[in-house]
Amino acid sequence: MTGETLKTTPLASSHAALGAKTTAFGGYDMPVQYPAGILKEHLWTRAHAGLFDVSHMGPAFLKLSQTSGDPDTDHRAVAALIEPLVCGDIRGLKPGQLRYTLLLNAVGGIVDDLMVGRPAEPERQGELYVVVNAGTKDNDFAIISDAIGSAAGLQRADDGALVAVQGPEAAAVVAELIPGATDLGFMTFASLSFDGETLTVSRSGYTGEDGFEILCPARLAERLWTRLLADPRAAPVGLGARDSLRLEAGLPLYGHDADDTTSPVEAGLAFAISKRRLKALDFPGAARMAGELHGDLTRVRVGLKVLEGAPAREGAPILGPDSGTLGLEDQPIGKVTSGGFSPSLSAPIAMGYVPPALAEPGAELAVQVRGRAQRAQVVELPFVPHRYFRKPKEA
Amino acid sequence: MRFTKDHEWVDLVGDTATIGITAYAAEQLGDVVFVELPEAGKTVHAGDQMAVVESVKAASDVFAPISGEVTAANPELGDTPQTVNDQPEGAGWFVKVRVADPEEVAALMDRAAYEAYLATL
Repeated sequence: MTGETLKTTPLASSHAALGAKTTAFGGYDMPVQYPAGILKEHLWTRAHAGLFDVSHMGPAFLKLSQTSGDPDTDHRAVAALIEPLVCGDIRGLKPGQLRYTLLLNAVGGIVDDLMVGRPAEPERQGELYVVVNAGTKDNDFAIISDAIGSAAGLQRADDGALVAVQGPEAAAVVAELIPGATDLGFMTFASLSFDGETLTVSRSGYTGEDGFEILCPARLAERLWTRLLADPRAAPVGLGARDSLRLEAGLPLYGHDADDTTSPVEAGLAFAISKRRLKALDFPGAARMAGELHGDLTRVRVGLKVLEGAPAREGAPILGPDSGTLGLEDQPIGKVTSGGFSPSLSAPIAMGYVPPALAEPGAELAVQVRGRAQRAQVVELPFVPHRYFRKPKEA
Repeated sequence: MRFTKDHEWVDLVGDTATIGITAYAAEQLGDVVFVELPEAGKTVHAGDQMAVVESVKAASDVFAPISGEVTAANPELGDTPQTVNDQPEGAGWFVKVRVADPEEVAALMDRAAYEAYLATL
């Protein structure tokens, strides 16, 4: 524990009452697990509904200083302010749509991964909902503020609570409490009412399951949390299981599986690069990304199933084929960036970077744990299939 | 049974000590998913890193509480590492060691002293 004072979330007293063990994360004192423990919390989320306090994250609203009143013009104007910072298609967002995108530095390195959404309401065009990571939020907001100048204002909303409800029973848990929430499809969001107050609710998450992320003013946080928790299908889940859930879902953790030295293509996040913008080469590092997509690539993020021995954790060297029999003379070919034990698969899994020639699913590699080579195999991500709720396209 | 401040227990019968981690340690670790044990025949010295116990979240070293030669490692823990959580001071034992110096065991805390120590944590 450092001398720095940790921030707390509006739900701190609820966590204490539930018997949570807490840890410092992103400058906050956060629940890492409740008495049930990481394993049970993880499996509960896969089977029922896990309730997560993710108030350490950085939600904010970006608003044009002056709107024209024409919804499309205003959306294009606010999109044009943020697009130079990210590789995603912000202009093309439909009302109510939320998109995963990447904030990039001048050479296309990832500064953060974030969500950007376009509000559904006609009167809120020219506004964007942005959610960035906890540990990076001050830097991200400074970058965004610099870029938008006086053309728009950035209003932070991280003094409230952000609550995630995740799992196959998440929809049933929120259905009665927040009318309209279950009408949302994956990666859409809306302003919905709870007890006569307005919340920002998105159908999104970080577990691979169907679920919701609910932004709520601090004064309502306890009430919302308590009401959600009253449902027998819901149980509180800490950051420990959040990490093992997102690992199984193959989702990167910023600062570990991606950082400012990795590009979106290297990080396996090329899906987040807009085709329109790649063609126009109009985002930072676009030329580099075009080259990488054409094979000019030295490393790429992969999933590894560790076939024997102990979990390979962050920092463990990845060794080439035959290392298990040849010993450890070989230079590592890469490094594990996230790894641990998968409760759903009852086996160790990891993600890490390897040369593209060894990145094909099925490739036999090894990971080095405490000086020993253990067999590992490249597998498709995610490790556990995503179960997002996608609405059928309207005819 | 004797105890260490690192939360191991040592049960000496004849010249063989059975060693494991205490209920307190198991509770602190959370769900054990993997245990790495030394092989029989290995000589350990008090204070050496002897085993590794892994939870979902992290790996933790277990240090040898006494010196001697490992005569057996618990074969059950390979397939059912959760035995460490279920019966930490019984079926969840880690290793058996032929002790070099029984005095090393006698010098460890007895249960009352260990419980008094836990109360200070």
